[in-house]
Amino acid sequence: MQTPRQTVDLVAERDLAFVEAVAKESGQDLKSCYQCGNCTAGCVYTTDYDIPVHQVMRLVQLGHKERALSCRSIWLCATCQACTTRCPNNIEVATVMDVLRHMARRQGYAPERLVKSFADGFLASVARHGRVFEAGLAAVFAIISGKPMQDAGLGPAMLSRGKLAFWPHEPSGKGKAEVADIFRRFKDGPPAAAKPVETSGEDAK
Amino acid sequence: MSAMLGYYPGCSQSGTAAEYDISTRACCKALGVELTDVPDWTCCGSTPAHTVDHHLAGALAARNLLQAEAAGLTRVATPCPSCLAALKTADAHLNGQGADESYRAEVERLLGRPGPGPVESVSILQVLFEQVGAGAIKKLVKRPLTGLRVAPYYGCIMNRPPGLMAFDDPENPVAMDEILAACGATVVDFPFKTECCGAAFGMPRLDIMQRLSARILDTAANAGADCVVVACPLCQMNLDLRRGQVNAASGQNIQMPVPYFTQLLGLALGVDEAQLGLGKLVLPLAPALETADRRERTREAERAAKAAAKNGANGSKTNQEPSRKEDAPCA
Repeated sequence: MQTPRQTVDLVAERDLAFVEAVAKESGQDLKSCYQCGNCTAGCVYTTDYDIPVHQVMRLVQLGHKERALSCRSIWLCATCQACTTRCPNNIEVATVMDVLRHMARRQGYAPERLVKSFADGFLASVARHGRVFEAGLAAVFAIISGKPMQDAGLGPAMLSRGKLAFWPHEPSGKGKAEVADIFRRFKDGPPAAAKPVETSGEDAK
Repeated sequence: MSAMLGYYPGCSQSGTAAEYDISTRACCKALGVELTDVPDWTCCGSTPAHTVDHHLAGALAARNLLQAEAAGLTRVATPCPSCLAALKTADAHLNGQGADESYRAEVERLLGRPGPGPVESVSILQVLFEQVGAGAIKKLVKRPLTGLRVAPYYGCIMNRPPGLMAFDDPENPVAMDEILAACGATVVDFPFKTECCGAAFGMPRLDIMQRLSARILDTAANAGADCVVVACPLCQMNLDLRRGQVNAASGQNIQMPVPYFTQLLGLALGVDEAQLGLGKLVLPLAPALETADRRERTREAERAAKAAAKNGANGSKTNQEPSRKEDAPCA
C-alpha cells in the first residue's frame, strides 16, 4: 500500500491533553513506540485503512487528535491482536485503536457508518434480549444498512439447517433484566457528583 | 481436577453455531470431562462491547463470572474464542496484576453490585488438550480419520494476545494439530493458522471479509487440505455459510468443508453422528471423508502392488512391473 504523504504542522496541531488521555485510557506507554512498523507489517487490514496503524500510533504520539480520531482505520481494526502480539515494546496497539474508537464515538466521528451501526445493533439486541438474537440483528441490519439483499441468499441455507431461530433464546432467569439494567446504567452515566473529570482533550466537537 | 468445570456456551452456540455446542458436549462426555453450565448466562459483550466502552464490556462479561461464582465454579470453559477473550479480559482487569480500582468501581456501578473475585476462563480446546491430552485421545480413537488432510485454522484470538490468552504458541499454535493428528488425520502445513478471516465485518463490510476469507481458503486448498478445521463460530460462519459470497468475490470455486474440531474429534471417538450436528454444516463433510477414504485405498493398493512387485522381482522376472507402475496415479 502507498502510504499517504501529508505535510503537517507539528506544533499547531499538537494536543498534549489528547496524548495523555489516550495513554491513560489505554494504560499504554505510547512513548515507547519507535515506529518499527511491525504492527503494520502484520496487519491484514492495512489495504483497507486510510492510515496504516504505525502512523496512527505516530499521530497519537504527536498529539494530532483530529487526524487520529477522524480516520477510517480505527473503525476497520478488527482487534485481531496481531499488532499487540508482535510489538517489540509490548504496547497493546489494538487497545490503543479501541480507545481511539471510543473517543471518536464520543466526539461524533463515524466515517465507517455501517461498522458503527453493526456494533450498535448488536448491543441493542443484547440489551433487549440478554443475548444476541442473530436473526433479529441480521434483519434490523439489513434495513439500516440500506443493503437489504446482501445476505438474503444465506437465508435458505440457514433455514434448512435449523440455524435461523425466529425467536430469541433468552436467558432463563433474571439475566435478561440484569443485562438491561447494565445498559440502562451505562446510558445514564455516573452520578453527577462522581463524574470523572473530562480531560480537556475530550471537549465536544 | 477435582473442582467442577463450568461451561459457558455463548450466544452463537445457541444459534448459528449450534453444532459447535452439541459436538463440544458430546466430545466432553466421551472423554469424561464433566461440564456444569453457568446458570442463566447472558451475552459476554463480545467484540462490539469492547469497541464501544471497556467498562460496559467488563460489566457484561463480569455478570457471567458472578453467575459462575454463585454456582461455586472457579473455572469456566467456553468453546468460543471471542467469549473467552471477553471473560479473560474482565477477570484480568478486575483481579489480575495491575488491576485498576477505578475500573472495578465503574464496572460495579454498571453491575449494581460487587464484582466477581478471580474466575479462570479457558477454551474447550485448552481443556481437551491439557486436561485430557492428545495421548489419551489417541488411545480412545475408534474410527481414525486416516487419510483426511486437515488445515487447522485457529483464528485470530484463540491464542492472542499471548499475555492474556496464555495458551499455546501465538504464532504457530499446535493444540488442534495434535488433537487432529491423534485422531489419525494428516495435518497439512498451513501458514494461515492465525490470520484474521474478517471477523464481524461480514455484515458491515462484506468486501473486506470476502478478501480475507478467500486468502485463507486459497492457502488451505494450495496446501492440499480436504477441509479447514475451526475452533471459532465466527470463522466458521465466514468460511462456510458465506462461502458463496467468498467464492463469488475471489472467482474460485472452493468447496472444501469447514467442520469444527469437535465434530472431527467426535467422529474419531465413535460418537453417534446425530450428536455431532454434521447436518448443520453448509458444505457437507461427507465428500471430504470420501476423498480421504479413496486416497487411502489407492495408497493401500499401491503399497500392495509395490510389495507384490518386489516379491515378483525376487522370484521370476517379468516385464509387467514397470508398466503397472506407470498406470498408478501420481501421488
